[in-house]
Amino acid sequence: MTYTFQFGQILGYWPQLLNGALLTIKLSAFAMVFGLIIGVVCALARTYGNAAASWAAAGYVEFIRNTPFLIQLYFVFFALPNFGIRLDSNTAALVAMSINLGAYSTEIVRAGLESVPTGQIEAGRSLGLKRLQIIRFIILLPAIRAVYPALCSQFILTLLGSSVVSAIAAEELTAFANTLNMQTFRSFEIYLIVTVLYIAMAFAFRAIFAGVHHLVFANRG
Amino acid sequence: MLRTFGPNEIWFLVMAARWTILLSLLAFVFGGLVGLVLAVARIAPWTWLRVIVSLWIQVVQATPMLMLLLLSYFGINMLGVRIDAWTAAIISFTIGTSAFLAEIWRGCLQAVPKGQWEGAKALALDFKLTLGLVILPQALRMALPPTVGYMVQVVKGTSLAALIGFTELAKAGTQMNTVTFEPIRVFGTVALIYFAICWPLSMLARHLEKKLHVGTLRVQAL
Repeated sequence: MTYTFQFGQILGYWPQLLNGALLTIKLSAFAMVFGLIIGVVCALARTYGNAAASWAAAGYVEFIRNTPFLIQLYFVFFALPNFGIRLDSNTAALVAMSINLGAYSTEIVRAGLESVPTGQIEAGRSLGLKRLQIIRFIILLPAIRAVYPALCSQFILTLLGSSVVSAIAAEELTAFANTLNMQTFRSFEIYLIVTVLYIAMAFAFRAIFAGVHHLVFANRG
Repeated sequence: MLRTFGPNEIWFLVMAARWTILLSLLAFVFGGLVGLVLAVARIAPWTWLRVIVSLWIQVVQATPMLMLLLLSYFGINMLGVRIDAWTAAIISFTIGTSAFLAEIWRGCLQAVPKGQWEGAKALALDFKLTLGLVILPQALRMALPPTVGYMVQVVKGTSLAALIGFTELAKAGTQMNTVTFEPIRVFGTVALIYFAICWPLSMLARHLEKKLHVGTLRVQAL
């Protein structure tokens, strides 16, 4: 093999790489927030909602979880304009990521809701709390704490999965790597550096999640 | 001149699903073989091996599947070793799938009660025999539902091969979209085909999980 590695040339593009990584982080962070909100709402609908709401949530979860993210992304980006909804690639990426993560978090949060002992809900009712108050003050926090590790793993998968949005030319890290690949043909160096960046981001997010766990759930036995 | 999206076009997509299924099977078989080795290495009596394999799995699980594909396809080709999309896809999916299956199976292996290891030791079985005769058969039952569940992830994951130019279902969808320009029908059909492959697997996983749960309860009742 007569190949000379030239990592220096690629590392010279660090401001752009950093920009791409920042967009990846931004997309993932927003998708985590929206995905969790969708997940909580749909899990509540699945567990406590009426039949129609429960079935609608179940259908959403089953359909999203049994089709690839790439196809969901293509649908949001290419098909939604036919319905009059035209999104730029970054927004389309965020919408697809949120919808995708929402379905997975629904299943995870639902397991958490079911782990809350019925006695606690009955206690809340006998204290005269309303439905929403019971959900807000009694159920939600312990439910999420119970499934927090699973939720975090799913969030990390969303971060890693965000590389797929380069397929619709969003401007995140992988998309920039592809552009750079066209310009320099230093494929191996580029993708290796970008892989290392993803690994670093995944570990950083994991550390942040551990910190959040400490802040929110610790000392609330 | 745009083509209309008719029965022939639907058939084209259905036929492209062959490659998705074949790729999924290969990814699952190779990923499973390597994954089993990694899972056993994770519980092996040698600390150095456990540490190395654990690190490897953590790194792979923190790497986007797409990066593995791009690295093995464009990366290795650029190094001067010719590699086609098939080989690149299978290498990448094997690496990715094996890391996830290894972690699932390690959990099952460790869920086998410690007394079983001690019993085997009392019978003077070595690590290999204990594993093959005592631990693996018991872990297999527990491993079945999550493994079938993970197959869904494998099938969906193969869609990423489209991004290195591998013509399977997702790629066929984008090709069809460019000639018909009917994204709703095209990607709707593609999604339905994936759903038709994945949903039965999901249902089977759920069914096995319930069945197994009953099984463990019965064992405990004895």
